[in-house]
Amino acid sequence: MVWRPTLPTKDTPRLEVRKTYKLYVGGAFPRSESGRSYVVTDAKGKFLANASQASRKDARDAVVAARKAFAGWHARTAYNRGQVLYRIAEVMEGRHQQFSLEVSQSEGLSISKARVVVDASIDRWVWYAGWADKLAQVVGSSNPVAGPYFDFSLPEATGVVAVLAPQDSSLLGLTSVIAPAIVSGNTVVAVSSYERPLPAITLGEVMATSDVPGGVVNILTGSASEVGPWLASHMDVNAIDLCGIVDPEEATELEIAAADNLKRVRRPAEEDWSADQGLSRLTQYLELKTVWHPIGV
Amino acid sequence: MSRFEYAPAPESRAIVDIKSSYGLFINGQFTDATDGKPFKTVSPASEEVLAEVSEAGPADVDKAVRAARKAFEKVWGPMSGKDRAKYLFRIARLIQERSRELAVLESLDNGKPIRESRDVDIPLVAAHFFYYAGWADKLEYAGVGDDPQPWGVAGQVIPWNFPMLMLAWKIAPALAAGNTVVLKPAETTPLTALAFAEICQQADLPPGVVNIVTGAGRTGQALVEHPDVDKVAFTGSTEVGRAIAKSVAGTHKAVTLELGGKAANIVFEDAPIDQTIEGIVNGIFFNQGHVCCAGSRLLVQESVYDEVLARLKRRMGTLRVGDPLDKNTDIGAINSAAQLAKIRELSQIGEDEGAERWSPECELPANGYWFPPTVFTGVSQAHRIAREEIFGPVLSVLTFRTPQEAVEKANNTPFGLSAGIWTDKGSRILWMANQLRAGVVWANTFNRFDPTSPFGGYKESGYGREGGRHGLEAYLAH
Repeated sequence: MVWRPTLPTKDTPRLEVRKTYKLYVGGAFPRSESGRSYVVTDAKGKFLANASQASRKDARDAVVAARKAFAGWHARTAYNRGQVLYRIAEVMEGRHQQFSLEVSQSEGLSISKARVVVDASIDRWVWYAGWADKLAQVVGSSNPVAGPYFDFSLPEATGVVAVLAPQDSSLLGLTSVIAPAIVSGNTVVAVSSYERPLPAITLGEVMATSDVPGGVVNILTGSASEVGPWLASHMDVNAIDLCGIVDPEEATELEIAAADNLKRVRRPAEEDWSADQGLSRLTQYLELKTVWHPIGV
Repeated sequence: MSRFEYAPAPESRAIVDIKSSYGLFINGQFTDATDGKPFKTVSPASEEVLAEVSEAGPADVDKAVRAARKAFEKVWGPMSGKDRAKYLFRIARLIQERSRELAVLESLDNGKPIRESRDVDIPLVAAHFFYYAGWADKLEYAGVGDDPQPWGVAGQVIPWNFPMLMLAWKIAPALAAGNTVVLKPAETTPLTALAFAEICQQADLPPGVVNIVTGAGRTGQALVEHPDVDKVAFTGSTEVGRAIAKSVAGTHKAVTLELGGKAANIVFEDAPIDQTIEGIVNGIFFNQGHVCCAGSRLLVQESVYDEVLARLKRRMGTLRVGDPLDKNTDIGAINSAAQLAKIRELSQIGEDEGAERWSPECELPANGYWFPPTVFTGVSQAHRIAREEIFGPVLSVLTFRTPQEAVEKANNTPFGLSAGIWTDKGSRILWMANQLRAGVVWANTFNRFDPTSPFGGYKESGYGREGGRHGLEAYLAH
């Protein structure tokens, strides 16, 4: 038998291997336990993929994974978390082309405009990475109480944060809502844009290869309206970002559900994802701990 | 009792590639000096010549300052904080990638144990760049005003005790804030700074942003006194610091000085004894005592004096002095013949003034510069060994009875860089910390450093802080 090269030629072009887009939960890529998927098309309606449609059970599994990862992630030094976030940016840079294509397809942008979005997303990870070991210095304080006590206040992560990611901005928006939550030591369950989920799953693949411990970021694809209520009412979720909920009445219902265990709620608002972000998303998911200690011989 | 001897465990030198001669790093290129003579840098552990280095004269310093000025005006000043951050992150990563090489080079040129250069110096260098990289695009949050601006060109002169770490303390915040720099490493330890110049090239840092001029005091003086330098940063002796403060008087230059120290390390009777002994040893013998914040005055509460001294001496007997590249070495070589002479002189004065000198039996290598770990007891506050910085592995022990007395003795010095407190009582730690006139107070630990933690002195230990949010302030006009 003669060995024949299989390199593609003009007459026999190579057929691409397509990726299966699955959920990202606890560091693994499972399909939805419900077995459901839904068709994802590009901005012009052309078929791109069948994405997994996350269910209530998937959301609960993701919360379990996020809770399990919280203690370890929160115990990391700020310096270490900063380096891990910076690593995400490094690994994203290597997948620039893939992200650009997916953002272009998902959001109907030209490739050159999509590239700018990917640039901004990577730079945003870098910006947030730098916050890891500076947050306490900017939002913490030493308090000159009128008595012989040393009194200081330190920010601390609140716990598990559910993020209903923006529907429009599939990568930059998603980055802008996940990064500020995890940099301070929270863990996240994110529900991606329904119509534009592909960059989110690729971001999950970046997480899986960037020294981010499994469970720190969990990404569900599917409907925020369907999964959102289960996360909003979940008693082991500490905070929820309602960013991806478009209908104001629906957002109000979720906020009411979230009140059962007094989740910290971020209401949906007009956002310009390309603008520089301030501190508000960082401080949203922080508790402040004040410590008193007597002074005396 | 029989004793297990250590087998030698040398770190390989093969990882470093030292050139036979080095030029100055000006405007992104290694260039020959125009008006200085080359000088040699030696390994203090063997007196072996490692390389020949160029001495920068005033014309070279001028060239470097011009390059820095141009880079400040054309490239680095106008650049977005975001991009400056990315360059600094690159540098941090390159240092991490080359960390073992840099550690070996540092130990060779400086004489410090590889255990320290590998586990303390170089990791902190990378951490420092990483930390300040993150500040470059967040300056408005640093608490120094809404629109903080860089000074311009920073002239920086650093000492030989932590060559690359001091470089990081100087360059990282300066660049993050948007300044460009001309840095002069110490005469006896230029090699890691020159390796850093290569790292700047690997990072594609724009030419002129970092310039390294090697040389001795004359070069440093030319740099500090150059009229186009906007900011002077110096770490070194109080004597030179004073001269710099005088030389910039009446100019527009901003100055920060990190100078000498004579730290009190204060041990109360309720101190956790084992940790305390380790802390005392770390406080004075870390880096051969070539540490401005070294715990060189041990103040022990009288009731535990005998026990502390007995345990301390026993622990000193287990310290291993020798080859800096041996992974088991605790105390390496004294950095230079001149420093060794100074340590010997002050130790002799200690004996002459009536203090009792003790060192464990300790075999010192035949070549190189060595001094055994030494403790002086019966020291009074008037003794020169209790007042002057020895900058070597020499500890002076004094006693006290009450916390008030400890405070008085601790503060009875023109210096005010650091202090240590050893006690199980939290409220006493905080009371003591309030009373001590020192810029850094360690409680139940000593010689801890972190890029997020400001460092610097009171009184004649200098002014300005390095590290942390406050370290940025030194490089911002506000």
